[in-house]
Amino acid sequence: MNRSASPANAEQLSRESRTLAPVQAMIRSCIQCGTCTGSCPNAFAMDRTPRQLWRLVLMGRQKAIFESKTFALCSACYYCTLRCPRGLPLTEAMGALKQIAARENRVRHRPSTLFHENFIRSVRRHGRVKEMELMTRYWAAVKNPVLPLRFALLGMKLMAKGKVSLDWPSKAKRPLETLFRKVEELEGRS
Amino acid sequence: MRYRYYPGCSLEGTAREYNLSTRALMGALGGDFREIDDWTCCGASAADATSHLLSLALPARNLALAAKQGEGDDILVPCSACYLNLKKVEEKTRRDPELRAQLNEILIADQLQLDGRARVRHLLDVLARDMGADRIRPLVRRPFTDFSIAPYYGCQCLRPYAVFDDPEAPQSMEPLIKAIGARIHPWCMGGQCCGAAHMQTQTEVGMELVTAILQGAKGADAIVTVCPMCQMNLEAYQHRIGRKCAEDLRISVLYLPQLLGLAMGLPQAELGLDLNLAITPEFRKKLSA
Ligand code: SF4
Ligand code: SF4
Repeated sequence: MNRSASPANAEQLSRESRTLAPVQAMIRSCIQCGTCTGSCPNAFAMDRTPRQLWRLVLMGRQKAIFESKTFALCSACYYCTLRCPRGLPLTEAMGALKQIAARENRVRHRPSTLFHENFIRSVRRHGRVKEMELMTRYWAAVKNPVLPLRFALLGMKLMAKGKVSLDWPSKAKRPLETLFRKVEELEGRS
Repeated sequence: MRYRYYPGCSLEGTAREYNLSTRALMGALGGDFREIDDWTCCGASAADATSHLLSLALPARNLALAAKQGEGDDILVPCSACYLNLKKVEEKTRRDPELRAQLNEILIADQLQLDGRARVRHLLDVLARDMGADRIRPLVRRPFTDFSIAPYYGCQCLRPYAVFDDPEAPQSMEPLIKAIGARIHPWCMGGQCCGAAHMQTQTEVGMELVTAILQGAKGADAIVTVCPMCQMNLEAYQHRIGRKCAEDLRISVLYLPQLLGLAMGLPQAELGLDLNLAITPEFRKKLSA
């Protein structure tokens, strides 16, 4: 059964191609030379190389792009941005894909997205990041009981050094509330 | 030269020793140096992964605060992630008046404005170019002649903006390390990526990157870093990684201002040396020799 012609699906397709447009604009002049792939320290773990990802972006292949973990594996080392012969802002384009995934809350990228969301929530609440609160909320949110164990040892080490402040002298004024509101207003999603 | 200091969130938590040693070193070098009042988080890597505008507005607020509190002062930033976030806004708003206007629309609610003149400097930039080896050499009390040091730069103080060093083959730490009498460990991992936040969200991949760096540092007495994220990645997982690849990869990891401070005879407590997670007994022994 071919469902691609159904109106709902067509609408979703056009919405999705709108989402991708700004990223396409960033990398339009890619010549597929592969310098980005050759420079990427995380390429070994990617299911699509950066060069392949840019090709998919140019072809508007939404599904393939967001099924891939490639952009989530970008650690923002900026080697590709530095070396791309067309001078394309590739690290930023990776960031833009992360933003789309976060906005659309794509299931595959839940863990990274949750980490970032909790981080930003902590910033909004306190103006600065409370590292301990951040990790606790992150663990609670991913609901993975094994995950905290991975960090338990490190957490204990840090606590022994007095590096994880359990209670932060809170200035409790939410100094960034106006800034966050204004950003939401300008982005039209308040 | 006057500096407005932006420590950033990590330096109040897991990287307290970077904060302590930066203050101690700048004090000893006679830098005029004041913290920005009421600074807030720069957004780290999370703002960029959620909203582009937010990722610019958060640093912009701090640039505007610094300008309001000390017009014409350079903004001194020790954390490479914070540095790049602030630098990005400096660079973008200088070239793009439209963006500056948009950010100012956000900032005006807090009576803040960007004038496009902010100058963001990494701590390494200030140490290498404003202070320099010549200022440090005469202050050395405890020469590190018998030490081999591996300078680790990481990514974001070098790229994408080539401000004070060669982003492909960084060298800015070498004169400083030589000034305290130490040798430079020959390696090519200085500008490679430690995986940044991968250790939290993509652990296996992060481990691979860190393993290569620790293996490259074998034979050195210590690695020096200029970023809290790099420092933590290189110091906190040594046992686990060593066990995994059946190799002894233990090595001391210090922040650059800690190393320079030690050589200048500043007390270990002032440099927060007991807060580091990886100072080997061998390093301590050599230090007290
Ligand atoms: S380096 Fe630039 S031009 Fe070459 S494939 Fe990558 S994005 Fe395209
Ligand atoms: S910036 Fe991201 S995609 Fe580019 S080389 Fe570095 S890790 Fe790979």
